[in-house]
Amino acid sequence: MNKIFWPILLALTLSACGTTTGTQATVEDRTGDQTGATAAKPAGADSTGVDGTGVAGSALPADQYAGDPRKDPASPLSKRSIFFDFDSYVVKPEYRPMLEAHAGYLQSKRDARLILQGNADERGSREYNLALGQKRAEAVRRALAVLGVSDAQMEAISFGEEKPRNEASTEEAYAENRRTDVVYADE
Amino acid sequence: MLNSSYNQAPLIEIPDPMLRAVLFFPLFCLALLSAPFSARAAMEIQVIGGAASKISVAMVPFQAAPGQPVPALTQIAGGDLERSGQFRLVDVGGMQQPVAPAQVNYGIWRGKGADAVVIGQVAALPGGRFEVRFHLLDAVKQTQLAAFSYTISATQWRPTAHQIADIVYEKLTGIPGAFSSRIAYVQKQGKRFELRVADADGQNPRTVMRSNEPVISPRFSPDGARLVYVSFEDKKPVVYMQSLRDGGRSKVAAFKGSNSAPAWAPDGRRLAVVLTRDEASQIYLINADGSGLTRLTRGGNLDTEPVFSPDGQTLYFTSDRGGSAQIYRVAASGGEPRRVTFSGGYNVSPAVSPDGRHLTYISREGGRFRVVLHELASGQTRVLTDTARDESPSFAPNGQAVLYATVQGGRGVLGTVSLDGKTRTRLSESGVDAREPAWGP
Repeated sequence: MNKIFWPILLALTLSACGTTTGTQATVEDRTGDQTGATAAKPAGADSTGVDGTGVAGSALPADQYAGDPRKDPASPLSKRSIFFDFDSYVVKPEYRPMLEAHAGYLQSKRDARLILQGNADERGSREYNLALGQKRAEAVRRALAVLGVSDAQMEAISFGEEKPRNEASTEEAYAENRRTDVVYADE
Repeated sequence: MLNSSYNQAPLIEIPDPMLRAVLFFPLFCLALLSAPFSARAAMEIQVIGGAASKISVAMVPFQAAPGQPVPALTQIAGGDLERSGQFRLVDVGGMQQPVAPAQVNYGIWRGKGADAVVIGQVAALPGGRFEVRFHLLDAVKQTQLAAFSYTISATQWRPTAHQIADIVYEKLTGIPGAFSSRIAYVQKQGKRFELRVADADGQNPRTVMRSNEPVISPRFSPDGARLVYVSFEDKKPVVYMQSLRDGGRSKVAAFKGSNSAPAWAPDGRRLAVVLTRDEASQIYLINADGSGLTRLTRGGNLDTEPVFSPDGQTLYFTSDRGGSAQIYRVAASGGEPRRVTFSGGYNVSPAVSPDGRHLTYISREGGRFRVVLHELASGQTRVLTDTARDESPSFAPNGQAVLYATVQGGRGVLGTVSLDGKTRTRLSESGVDAREPAWGP
């Protein structure tokens, strides 16, 4: 029921925000911006993106995932995080049962697509950490490939240090953030 | 005439359905309305230390006709000069305000230690415009070093002041000034990320893109008209290009896997990017329109953070191919990379000076990440900072200072440091986190 109201909400929001954008342009005018040019463009970018997201979000029925083995806490498919030691990109043996379960699921559902999201702790360069997170994602991708998962079903990406699970600057937090998350594209 | 086109920095807003829903409530719209005002909050500037011998300049407040606004021209230009660490401002309190060189009593200014005197005046013109005239005078030789006149609008006081500072700097040091240049950086406030462009002194910040997902690695095109950056708005890193004139955006690299670390070739037509489409992070060259992809580095190692030399012939980059994070160089035409840094176990984020003679990068030593200056010919290095979590160094367009990010009191701040390490400034705004700075033209 709630979802039906989303498009209306969004439409109202859009019209409300037209005002906002206009005001921003006016403010920027004092800094020497050309007001006319700045006012129209962002509003256009807003409407396109919001409409698109609204449609995608309301298409799925609420009970889509009822009985989904990936959501069953008792299933190894519900386990989604692989943690790494400091400066290490080796998938530890303890994750084998979990990865085998995901490999089996992907082989049984050929249209399922998996995104492997690598992460790094906050120390050092953001771009270098992005590449380190990628190494952790690739390590899991290779492990799944060895278990027979098709490359076409997997994408290894990195969030680097940008999306920490634990934002503290402690060794415990760093360990939590040296991680690859296993996420299905339809989730 | 002043070029005012740089001020056109339209705002791009990355939509988020949740945020939009919240915005439905008028109260939140009001909150957003006030946001641009906070965006104008001035950054606070602190100068720490400075060169031993400085040029003394008297910046005499410019004279304006009665009833006209007296803009802070000499204050802004003086601040620019002072921040460079190469100038000392002579106290001008209670002094006469000459507007023409013939009215200047050089003896008085010499008595106050001035090596040079800047005088000027502002006159209102029809149509809300102004004429700014200024003279730079050598107090020792009692000669005029420079004189300029600008016709400007009421929104151009700051750029005019920066141009005056550039002229004074160049006439007195022999090196072009960089005060009219701009910086880009990412500001994080709560869960919101803003890509901002500001004057080189951190003032006049303008938000050019907003997102609920991280944004990193902004880089100005060589002509300053465009920014490339990495945005996570597509739930993965994708390289975007954005015009600073009209706000138009396009994806430069959105291949399977991660897309990051964009770097402009000096001709502004090509970029180096880091892709993972074939295997681990590798460096590729791509045209600015996203066509013509070619692979530059090979091997199962991690290669990232490419940057072109000013002649476009060489790229410097970070790699772990030797077992630790070090800086390498490779010909833009390909070939075998050569290692550049040898000391320490972590040297990352290289940037090349405009004359191609120096690198600056971040080096880890004893758990501290600090800005290093590296002379390429001799291999000699100098640590420029005494902070512990420095990131993202980049050279000023005139090569005289390095802009970098660091952490102070638990939050991200931007700073500059001169090449001798003696003059450091902080550009900071209270309550926000600033990171990922890049110095542009």
